[in-house]
Amino acid sequence: MSALLEIDNLSLDFRTRGGTIRALEQVSLSVAAGETVGVVGESGSGKSVLSFAVMGISDAAARITAGHVRFEGRELHAADLAKLRGAEMAMIFQNPRVALNPIRAVGKQIEDVLRRHAGVNGTEARHRAVEMLSKVRIPDPERRAAAYPFEMSGGMCQRVMIALALACSPKLLIADEPTTGLDVTTQAAIMDLIGDLARETGMSTILITHDLGLAAQRCDRIAVMHAGHLVEVAATSDLFDRPAHPYTRKLIATTPRPSVGLADLEPIPGSLPDLRGVLPPCRYSQRCERYEAICETTPLPRVDVGSAHVVHCARPL
Amino acid sequence: MSATTRHIRYVLAENPVTALAFAGFALLIILALIGPDIVPFDPLASATDNALHPPTWTHPFGTDHLGRDILSRVVVATRIDMQISIAAVALSFVFGSTLGLVGGWYGGAIDRAVGRLVDTIMAFPLFVLAMGIVAALGNSVANIVYATAIINLPFYARMARTETSARREAGFVEAARLSGNGDGRILLFHLFPNILPPMMVQISLNLGYAILNAAGLSFIGLGVRPPTPEWGIMVAEGANYIVSGEWWVALFPGTVLMLAVFCFNLLGDGLRDIVDPRRRT
Amino acid sequence: MTALLDVAGLCRRFPVGKRTLHAVDGVSFDIAPGEAVGLVGESGCGKSTLVRMLTRVLDPSEGSIHFDGREIGQSPAARFTRTPERALIQMVFQDPTDSLNPRFTAFDCIADPLLRLKGPWTRDSLAARVHELAGMVGLPVPLLGRFPHQLSGGQKARVGIARALGPEPRLLILDEPTSALDVSVQAVVLRMLDELRHRLGVSYLFVSHDLNVVRLLCDRVMVMYLGKLVETGTVAEVFDHAAHPYTRALLSAIPGLDGTLGERVRLTGEPRSPIDPSPNACRFHGRCPIGEDRCAEHMPVPQDLGGRHRVACHLAGGTP
Repeated sequence: MSALLEIDNLSLDFRTRGGTIRALEQVSLSVAAGETVGVVGESGSGKSVLSFAVMGISDAAARITAGHVRFEGRELHAADLAKLRGAEMAMIFQNPRVALNPIRAVGKQIEDVLRRHAGVNGTEARHRAVEMLSKVRIPDPERRAAAYPFEMSGGMCQRVMIALALACSPKLLIADEPTTGLDVTTQAAIMDLIGDLARETGMSTILITHDLGLAAQRCDRIAVMHAGHLVEVAATSDLFDRPAHPYTRKLIATTPRPSVGLADLEPIPGSLPDLRGVLPPCRYSQRCERYEAICETTPLPRVDVGSAHVVHCARPL
Repeated sequence: MSATTRHIRYVLAENPVTALAFAGFALLIILALIGPDIVPFDPLASATDNALHPPTWTHPFGTDHLGRDILSRVVVATRIDMQISIAAVALSFVFGSTLGLVGGWYGGAIDRAVGRLVDTIMAFPLFVLAMGIVAALGNSVANIVYATAIINLPFYARMARTETSARREAGFVEAARLSGNGDGRILLFHLFPNILPPMMVQISLNLGYAILNAAGLSFIGLGVRPPTPEWGIMVAEGANYIVSGEWWVALFPGTVLMLAVFCFNLLGDGLRDIVDPRRRT
Repeated sequence: MTALLDVAGLCRRFPVGKRTLHAVDGVSFDIAPGEAVGLVGESGCGKSTLVRMLTRVLDPSEGSIHFDGREIGQSPAARFTRTPERALIQMVFQDPTDSLNPRFTAFDCIADPLLRLKGPWTRDSLAARVHELAGMVGLPVPLLGRFPHQLSGGQKARVGIARALGPEPRLLILDEPTSALDVSVQAVVLRMLDELRHRLGVSYLFVSHDLNVVRLLCDRVMVMYLGKLVETGTVAEVFDHAAHPYTRALLSAIPGLDGTLGERVRLTGEPRSPIDPSPNACRFHGRCPIGEDRCAEHMPVPQDLGGRHRVACHLAGGTP
């Protein structure tokens, strides 16, 4: 079965004055139609960089040094991406108020997207915009269409951003920390909304988050990233029942949850390696309690530990 | 070598143009300090039989209509031009930032009052204000400094006000309050250092304007008067002779004036880079 | 044992045009010495306003604040800086980047309250105390010469904590101290905070919307909604036997690692406006999944449910 999105051995560098930052290395991930894949990791793991690379909105200093990104089987180049963005692939960001144009009414912003990608104009665009607002469960959508982002709460702005993203019924939605900073009840409502809309249209979702619990709740599969490496990919239940990578296990162990006390939280020693210098084949090796000489073998082995459960580790659990 | 010195060297190495501007500024300061002692000719000594000679080896900038060596006069003028501009900018900066800090911090009626005052000042053209002050208090260099200082005050007041009110709600300000700092200490020690970097650029631009202001005023007879050498006066005097072909009388003072202003403008960016710790790696 | 902090009937109102916004409306609670109390609530519930009144940068409109037996709510905020209580109530801020002065080194940040509130100091005694505080929070001494932008999120958080502990406060208010941190760093900081509390005997008011973290660190918890405390009690009482529908909704919305979308209590509609609210209607009415006519007619008052558990709801304990 061909995947909707296929990231194949992607490596990406940033050329900076301070050196070349090897932000992504040999990341492979596929997303099937209709599924929700979570990409979890801490700050500096490369999860946002990955999503920007897929959408083609990486920083100007970024260079793809290896690998491909394929959407519906065809490889993506800059020109294609401009057409696909907004129409077939859409993205929503953290901090919605900042991501919306502050001096343009929200209804108009949705109309802009429709005009650009769906070719609708005038009154039809206006109607579709109001329709989208009601689809994202904004009360009184007719009136709200004339509102500006600063007049709306964080949760509402996020709904507007979802409306913008989904206006042209894309096949893939990338949600980059969409609920960070929102209240827990708002977060739940927003995630419900995304889930419902995805189910309605058969849209695939990539959910990028540092919140393991959120990923556990909403995703079919989860990919764990550390320092630019994809360390483990598995179905959600497999990941939590049988984590294969030491980092995954530690991440789970260090997340506060009802059943554990403070003394049971295991901090992860060390810190992220400097992505500019010479890096070992496994970027977690310096922090790993299972490190041994075999961990220095290049390339880092890719081990299948179950159905659709892949780990990149020389000594998986 | 302390971290500060290292940082200064880094900034200068990064940006050769900045280094050049600093060198230029240093040269101006040196000339201002020791200029009168090192010039080959007495800037005030007239020798009318030597008048209006084009540049030669003895007189690299030529002589003016009274036979005075233009090079010597240009060098000596550095001192008075620097004095006027630095004094005016210093006054502007101190009073302007204080008004802006106070207005931006307290808001409300105080802010509005400061705003009205600043608006009023901005409505006056420099020359009108200068002439007014001169008419009231007499034609002296000090009064010209005051006039220039007043005219430039709004720039600092507005910038300080904006930067202050933008930072008023910042976490570190509240933290400073919880640490036992009163309003005055917060303004002076916590807020002011943070609004300084953007003001640095303003200061250097203003130095350039201040020199131009002084030159312009003396051009119309206010402030510095002949025979005191000052770049503006020299350009004014030289202007009479351009049509008749004695181009050097106005050109050299004018060029030096231009280079000085240029230096100051470039200086601002460099100063800001040095002062702003965020640019330290 | 007398409470360290005793708040009674605290209110704060803001004029909005001709109307009034009731940010905090009749809040009463106490904190014992050495106790950690959590304050949870979502944006707009008034917890920031409450916190600012407790740290005395804001004056209450009504009500009293007693600290160690002394009334501190009456004198204006501006004068509080010079009272001895200033040193005794300190705060750790939410955003470590925003709360550290970009022009101050870490050393300066930590030293500032020491210089203003404690002393006298010599150069050596000050350095010794700053180093001691840095050691307490696990901040390596060489980092003290760095500016905030040269420090990581976790390091900045530690500077903020060291700064707050310097004046030897008896009440420390922590405003989401770990929300800006990665999960791996969070665990370390939380443990440090817990250990410090037990070692120094400081009381904590831990403000957070992350209920999992509150459960780990606090003895008691208070739930706030639109300016009022709707439920208070020990952590076990509130988390395991939540009585208020809002608390239940909050708890059910937390994503759990077990991956199930559990019994979600869904909230409908928009929150009521805090501007000129009706004094007779429960603030949660309209958004509450359960509700009766009396919820719109009588404001619920806190009732005892046993132990330290109190809830303000007519239908307390009723199933949603």
